[in-house]
Amino acid sequence: MTLNQQRKLKTFITGLFSWLIALVLFFPIFWMFITSFKTELQAIAIPPTLFFEPTLDNFAVVQERSNYLHHAMNSVITSFGSTLIALIIAVPAAYSMAFFPGKKTKDILLWMLSTKMLPAVGVLVPIYILSRDFGLLDSRTGLVIIFTLMNLPIIIWMLFSYFKDLPKEILEAARMDGATPWDEIVKVVLPLSVGGIASTGLLSIVLCWNEAFWSLNLTASEAAPLTAMIASYSSPEGLFWAKLSAASTLACAPIVVFGWFCQKQLVQGLTFGAVK
Amino acid sequence: MKRSITRLLMAPSVILLLVWMIVPLSMTIYFSTIRFNLLYPGQNNFVGWMNFEFFITDPGFIPAVSNTLILLLSVLIVTVVLGVALSALIDKPFFGQNIVRVLLISPFFIMPTVNALIWKNMMMNPVYGIFAWISQSLGFEPIDWLSDFPLGSVIMMVSWQWLPFAVLVFVTALQSQDTEQKEAAQMDGATGWHIFRYLTIPHLARPIAVVIMIETIFLLAVFAEIFVSTGGGPGYDSTNLAYLIYNQALLQYDVGVASAGGLFAVLLANIVAFFLIRAVGKNLTV
Repeated sequence: MTLNQQRKLKTFITGLFSWLIALVLFFPIFWMFITSFKTELQAIAIPPTLFFEPTLDNFAVVQERSNYLHHAMNSVITSFGSTLIALIIAVPAAYSMAFFPGKKTKDILLWMLSTKMLPAVGVLVPIYILSRDFGLLDSRTGLVIIFTLMNLPIIIWMLFSYFKDLPKEILEAARMDGATPWDEIVKVVLPLSVGGIASTGLLSIVLCWNEAFWSLNLTASEAAPLTAMIASYSSPEGLFWAKLSAASTLACAPIVVFGWFCQKQLVQGLTFGAVK
Repeated sequence: MKRSITRLLMAPSVILLLVWMIVPLSMTIYFSTIRFNLLYPGQNNFVGWMNFEFFITDPGFIPAVSNTLILLLSVLIVTVVLGVALSALIDKPFFGQNIVRVLLISPFFIMPTVNALIWKNMMMNPVYGIFAWISQSLGFEPIDWLSDFPLGSVIMMVSWQWLPFAVLVFVTALQSQDTEQKEAAQMDGATGWHIFRYLTIPHLARPIAVVIMIETIFLLAVFAEIFVSTGGGPGYDSTNLAYLIYNQALLQYDVGVASAGGLFAVLLANIVAFFLIRAVGKNLTV
């Protein structure tokens, strides 16, 4: 065999292996997806059926039984709402730390990150009691407040690292022309960092959409987002795998597709720009 | 610009995070020193260390601590080792590389509750699950994963979720690796393994440290997977600290003991973070 042939064979084998592993890891998702189009009998058939006549009945039943659209709406409102609020709070802070760093800026950033190190379960009881006393238990408002605070440190960090990379000269030029800080943020910084703000927002939306600790503990029927709605399917009242799969597919599809398109930005966000 | 304006811009974030941190934490500290059971209101007298004693002598305490640590370490090892191997595998171009990448990444975007339900029912069910079918086809007895290996099952689910994250980070990092250096090493007769061991691994040191840090934050707090799949059982076999405290607070209504447990979880997180940062810093940033 020539060297070239050897190399080709090697590439082929690596490719084959990669495909094999990827398919195995993706299999549970694929299986969930196709099971959602089966009847309940096909769903638990042994050996598993791969070819069958697809039905859309399950999706209708999920909507009817657990009011999918209501919970999807909760997910959308809580993740987009909290992301928007957190961005509004974080942009000025990140701007001021990136462009006018003081002696304590680094300490403040590290302290903010350290609040993420605090395990949520350590403050479960107080948050539960506070929510109850303020009437925020099982309410979208309560969940939005928690999600906002939960992701604020990550959002500030990400925005900070984007703003830091902006050329300082542009800002100075704007200032020479008599721009106020407000002008600077709105007319110079924001337009220049649209990409960074977008990927920060995306990461925050994904984290909120999939958040399960607070949504399981603080919501019931009214404000439950999809994560909590799906959990209600864990009760063993019979084998309803096709319906369970339909509900799961509906709950995950938006965010999985969303994730496919911006995987790279999401990772850069989650590693605080430390890996490029 | 004036100091006062920059402070003003930061004020909302700093104040909010300060409140978010201090108010609940001081309430937890206060609750942990009083008798506080939601079933017996109005008997909230000071009890000193009693709640801590109750929590530490709870039969679930030692299993919960060890399960929390086993879960953390196993998932870290699985995701980092497999993550490095997989990212090295898919680094070079091959047919359909982009599709493979998309497939590999997907589990990371699946919500924890769905993750647990898919695995619990469709994969691990001892009668109708895919695993049972595979082992029966091969002539083995099917395994009842969730009752025989409850913690192992949870580790599998959580690793499945976090492996893509590690792969994605490492793949991103590998793209910035110096190809000239690799080629030079090849010219000098270095084998693939040598290049991997002496060039790729050191290049990945920082990303590995980052992955360990981020995963630790999330892994110490695994909750939904256990809540949905095993419910902490059988017995305490798959109960971690988060689940034990949830159990005390919202199922047994004992806020005092749960608060003591919460403080213990905070303490454990700090200890782990301390050792982790030291170990990671020592071994990897050379």
